[in-house]
Amino acid sequence: MPNSSVRVQRARARSVRGSRTGRAGGAAAAAMGASQTRSEHRHQDLADRTGFSLEQIKNLHRRFQQLSGDEETISKENLESIPALANNPIRKQIIGAFFDKRNQNRDEVGSCEQIGFEQFLMVMSHFRPPSLKTTAEEKEAMRREKLRFLFNMHDTDNDGTITLVEYRKVVEELLSKSGAIEEETAKAIADAAMLEVASTNVPAMGPDDFYEGITFEHFEQILKGLEMETRMHIRFLDVDTTTMRCGKFTS
Amino acid sequence: MAATRGFALLLCTLLMASRGASLASGGPVQSTSTVTADPGHNTGGGHEAATNSSSADQGATDGHETAPITTLPIVTWKWTHVSTPYLVALWVLVSWICKLIIEANHHVTEVIPESALLICFGFILGGIIWGADMVQTFKLNPTVFFFYLLPQIILDTGYSMPNKLFFGNLGAILVYAVIGTVWNAASLGLSLWGCHQGGAMGQLDIGLLQYLLFGSLIAAVDPVAVIAVFEQVHVNEVLFILVFGESLLNDGVTVVLFNVFDAFVSLGGPGINAVEIIKGIISFFVVAFGGSFLGLAFGLLISLLTKVTQNIKIIEPAFVFVLGYLAYLTAEMLSLSSILSITFCGVSCQKYINANMDENSVNTVRYVMKVFANGSETIIFVFLGISAIDKEIWVWNTGFILLTLFFIFVYRIIGVFFLTWILNRYRLVPVEFIDQVIMSYGGLRGAVAYGLAALLNESKIKEKNLMICTTLLVVYFTVILQGITMKPLVKWLKVKKASVSELTLIEKLQDKVFDHMLVAIEDVSGQIGHNYMRDKWNQFEERWMKRILMKKSARKSRDQVFKVFHRLNLKDAMNYVAEGERRGSLEFVRNETAFIDFKKKFVDDLPDITAGMSDDHTAASSMGRIDQVPSVSLEMHEQNMKGVRQMEDINTHHLLQQHLYKGRKQHRHRYSRSHFNVNKDEDEVQEIFQRTMRNRLESFKSAKMGVSQPKKISKHAKKDQLQKVPNGKSTDNSKRYLAGDEDFQLSEGDASGFGASGGSYPFPMMVSYRAGAGIENPAYIPDLDPMAAKIPPWLAQAELDGEPVAPSQRAQLRMPSDLSRLAPLRISARSNDSFAQADAPAARQRDDEAPAPSKRGGHNV
Repeated sequence: MPNSSVRVQRARARSVRGSRTGRAGGAAAAAMGASQTRSEHRHQDLADRTGFSLEQIKNLHRRFQQLSGDEETISKENLESIPALANNPIRKQIIGAFFDKRNQNRDEVGSCEQIGFEQFLMVMSHFRPPSLKTTAEEKEAMRREKLRFLFNMHDTDNDGTITLVEYRKVVEELLSKSGAIEEETAKAIADAAMLEVASTNVPAMGPDDFYEGITFEHFEQILKGLEMETRMHIRFLDVDTTTMRCGKFTS
Repeated sequence: MAATRGFALLLCTLLMASRGASLASGGPVQSTSTVTADPGHNTGGGHEAATNSSSADQGATDGHETAPITTLPIVTWKWTHVSTPYLVALWVLVSWICKLIIEANHHVTEVIPESALLICFGFILGGIIWGADMVQTFKLNPTVFFFYLLPQIILDTGYSMPNKLFFGNLGAILVYAVIGTVWNAASLGLSLWGCHQGGAMGQLDIGLLQYLLFGSLIAAVDPVAVIAVFEQVHVNEVLFILVFGESLLNDGVTVVLFNVFDAFVSLGGPGINAVEIIKGIISFFVVAFGGSFLGLAFGLLISLLTKVTQNIKIIEPAFVFVLGYLAYLTAEMLSLSSILSITFCGVSCQKYINANMDENSVNTVRYVMKVFANGSETIIFVFLGISAIDKEIWVWNTGFILLTLFFIFVYRIIGVFFLTWILNRYRLVPVEFIDQVIMSYGGLRGAVAYGLAALLNESKIKEKNLMICTTLLVVYFTVILQGITMKPLVKWLKVKKASVSELTLIEKLQDKVFDHMLVAIEDVSGQIGHNYMRDKWNQFEERWMKRILMKKSARKSRDQVFKVFHRLNLKDAMNYVAEGERRGSLEFVRNETAFIDFKKKFVDDLPDITAGMSDDHTAASSMGRIDQVPSVSLEMHEQNMKGVRQMEDINTHHLLQQHLYKGRKQHRHRYSRSHFNVNKDEDEVQEIFQRTMRNRLESFKSAKMGVSQPKKISKHAKKDQLQKVPNGKSTDNSKRYLAGDEDFQLSEGDASGFGASGGSYPFPMMVSYRAGAGIENPAYIPDLDPMAAKIPPWLAQAELDGEPVAPSQRAQLRMPSDLSRLAPLRISARSNDSFAQADAPAARQRDDEAPAPSKRGGHNV
């Protein structure tokens, strides 16, 4: 449980921002109490939409404010200045993904300059681990969503296909930190990977066909064997135990 | 079947020859086992062998009496001299032949796991020994088991451990291995003791401590049995690593527990006070962690050593085994956990030795490791079966045995579910209910438990035999019954299986993306999580460990993605050759048409990829024709293909004659103990290489000129053709022309005109060809056949229509789709096209004779 001073501070920040009031009903309550309830409601709302627990949202919100310097939005520079990220070869792509409108569950393309906490949370929600309660269909949907996220990350020009040029860039960036591998090799690897996709998805390519890029369907197809369940999750602090409890415990 | 019978007979003969008193039973053993595998076929032989060997038995007794000699014996019978190693070797052979027979019947191993079958074979063998000797002379004794059979299995599992998976789940594995094992041991011991007090077992001289000792020896899940069963089931990787890791580590734990309780038993009830118990707990941790660290130290030592062994490549692999074994023995000497020691030795050294050693050595290590591990696993199971047939150990106590079985089963389930329930609160991806069921059902006990039971001191534990008997029954029950039912259960519960497909390049790439992405997200969300720690460890390893432990050259090519890329390329190349050989030659590989499509695919949109073939590209685009590649009609193509086919047949014969090197220095066999390829003659290699290059160049040239001149030069070819193509020369020529055009390079060309100038490398050679065009190999004087220029009209038409012949559908099909990965390489090879331009003057000379090809040649210029 976070101590109340943090909570107050956060509540104030939110009221300054003039965010949605939610369903705060306590008109008679003291101002502090009201904003507190409002923030709870807002968090509850976010929790419903992203699947995070309230605790996790609180934690992430704290981090968000730390990153943004108590601003209500965050910019690319804020993220780029995280020292731990400096060594990450695909830093740019990942930061880009945060500002990509496609990852906000809306039908827009392009990227924004600034994102608010809600968008931040949306992106984060792609990395939520499944719980025991998640059904097979839900898991499948989650998997698709994660793949979509990954796909969007590679598809930098928003055209629905990862072209060879785009993919080469990914591979080059990916291998850039390993030092020993030259650019030419990276290119060859990207080409080979591309051909792999092409040969898997379009087995009988005509002489005049040109494989213009990986579409999402192909992407899904080729990564079918990859066990996403263990690969695209991170642990968010203060995991609410209700979502993780083994419901079928028998002995 | 015939093979197995042959083996059985061979074995009978061997055993008869050995005349060992105890071994005499070996003869019928083998034949009986063959009988079970092949009913009604070998009974006669078996019987015969049995009688033979029993008669041999009598002869054996006087065989090894050493009487004072009166005269010089020419040969003497010295059985006692060799008996021990001989028996060992024979038993190894017998066990492995059991495996051979089992594996020959695939439909049986589909249902019953191999380990269970091996135990059953052990029963049969043991029964026969018992029948012959009336006493069990052979059984698994703990010294042999712990010193000679177990280490290599553990080393192998450690060495081939999927490290990332293992360390990713290390927490869970440790919980299962330590807490789970302690729980199993304690609960079983206490429950049995309780039941004993309650009077469920009648009169037994077992105290609480002895019960706990028994509990601790039987608590551990056995890695040998578990791997043997789970290997065939292909469960998902997380489940596998949990079961496997647990079984591996809890062996260490159980041995430690066993030793602690053994000491307690020696101390006796009154001697145990709080201090002793605390000492026991401390000793538990010291032994377990000490063993692990000792193993790590040895692993690092191996890594360091392999860094400098490049000069003794032949014994390089042996270091791994020797040091691994030393890690085991050292731990044993220091009374640390030897199993944990050798496990971590394998785990820690695998990465570095694989990078440091020569590829051959790495393969040797892998292979020998498997040979040892698999071999001793087989022996262990067979002997587990043999050990059962011994009247001494069968002390039946219904209450004790059934209760043990029941408690083991129940407490395993309780333990797994309870621990998983706790773990799932903290695990990122919870272990599912079904996986828990499989985990608890996969609690197979095995040889380690038996080995420990056999180690019990009879003077301290009166009911040792009952314990051995129970342990064996538990082993049989779990390995045979649970082993057999495991597969159906996995199917029935629809346990998530592992995908068996091999890793593709793109998957590997994405895997890497995931790694970096997870770290980044953790960084952004400001948490120090699993991925963060792993990233830090990787950085540390990159910076320090690799620098110290890896060769400089090895550090370079260590990238995972690159390795997969390399492997896939290798595989392609092999497919490529296999495909070529299936068709008779590698000709199709060099078929120009095979890569036109690739070029076309990429030329237009991605000019940079074609940088390597700029020569060709500019030449082609200057004609402005590259985009409008017409396709040859199917019928035409078929004809072409026929021609090609025939030509290839002819060529293959000729090629063989040409290329099979006729040794100049015959039988000059050299021997070296420290090098592999001493018998390869440098000159020979050089010459083969030169010949190949020569031919390639020649065929390039000829193809580019649009005529297949050099082919006709060959006298062999001519002879062959005359025999094969009765129609006469003109058809022949036209066909050959087709072949030359469509198939581009019939590389059979006789190196005409190149002989003298044949340098050693392709490009310098090119130049020297221009210069030394006049110097010709006198053996092959090119007789330019004017007929060659005759082109069938339809083809001439096609020629006029367009330059590069587009591959028809069929031509596309001829190229296996995976091969396309190699395409970039081939593109660069196309820069050789400049040769053709260089050769153009030669083509012009023939213009008057051959109008159509001249057009073609003109295009090319």
